[in-house]
Amino acid sequence: MSFYDWLLALHVLAAGALVSALVLYSVVIAAGWNLALPSEVSRMFRLSRAGDAAFAVGSIGTIVLGIWLAIDSDDFQVWDGWVIAALVLWAVAMETGRRTGDHYNRARDRARALVAEGRDTPDPELGALVGSSRGLAFHAATVLLVLALLVVMIYKPGA
Amino acid sequence: MSVLALIRPDDWNFPLLVHVLGAVLLVGGLFTAVVAQFLGWRRQRTADAVAYARTAFRSLLFVAFPAWWIMRVGAEWIYRREGWDDAEDEPAWLGIGYITADLGGLLLLVSIVLAGLAARRLRVTGGETSVLLRVSTVLVTIALVAYVVAVWAMAGRPD
Repeated sequence: MSFYDWLLALHVLAAGALVSALVLYSVVIAAGWNLALPSEVSRMFRLSRAGDAAFAVGSIGTIVLGIWLAIDSDDFQVWDGWVIAALVLWAVAMETGRRTGDHYNRARDRARALVAEGRDTPDPELGALVGSSRGLAFHAATVLLVLALLVVMIYKPGA
Repeated sequence: MSVLALIRPDDWNFPLLVHVLGAVLLVGGLFTAVVAQFLGWRRQRTADAVAYARTAFRSLLFVAFPAWWIMRVGAEWIYRREGWDDAEDEPAWLGIGYITADLGGLLLLVSIVLAGLAARRLRVTGGETSVLLRVSTVLVTIALVAYVVAVWAMAGRPD
């Protein structure tokens, strides 16, 4: 395997980590949607810690290795249209992902605080956070943006 | 490799997208299941053990299993589209892909059955963890590692 092949393989593995994180977050959001008790919500959010690690590895890996690939390759450049489109999609996905994280971290923190206070009963504020269409919309946007990123990577429009 | 990627005929793109999308969703589903199963590995309250076992089972059944089919159908599609079915000698990366896809599928199937039985048994009889869940955890972990190797081989295409 050439150096370029290694970069490409690691870039694709990083993309796999990013998608894995999104799948895990989707499962956590779906599983937590109708949960009422703070202890149940808190338990479900324990899963998301692994997702946070995968998201960090995936997002940093895809961008760093992707730019490195473009610099290393003689066949395409960082300023090619499809590469710029991918960079823009990545940046917007990171922002929607950050907002998703902010939203659901509030739910997680609220659930933990209630459990710590010994108030393991249904809480309207917590219910509103885990069942929020706003958080779901940000997550759905992130998923669609990463899907679009995958399409751009494979079709390489304009290349 | 990069030249091949850039001159890839347009009609290869969609089958490749189906294959790659299935593969990353499969890895995501397995990853989510593994995280839930490791959280359910140690002895804990029955409610927690049931929740993690159920999340793992659902991730395997509703994410990883359909994704395996998408990946496998996409693999066969791109295999024929690229003309490998007419080739006399297949490269090593293709063999790695086929072996891991099919053996991993078998592991996935057994894991789904075991995870489902574990979730059901925990819910019905109670308990702090389940041997079936632990066996399923080992199998899913092996499948996940195999698929990560397969993604590396498919992307890097070692000789």
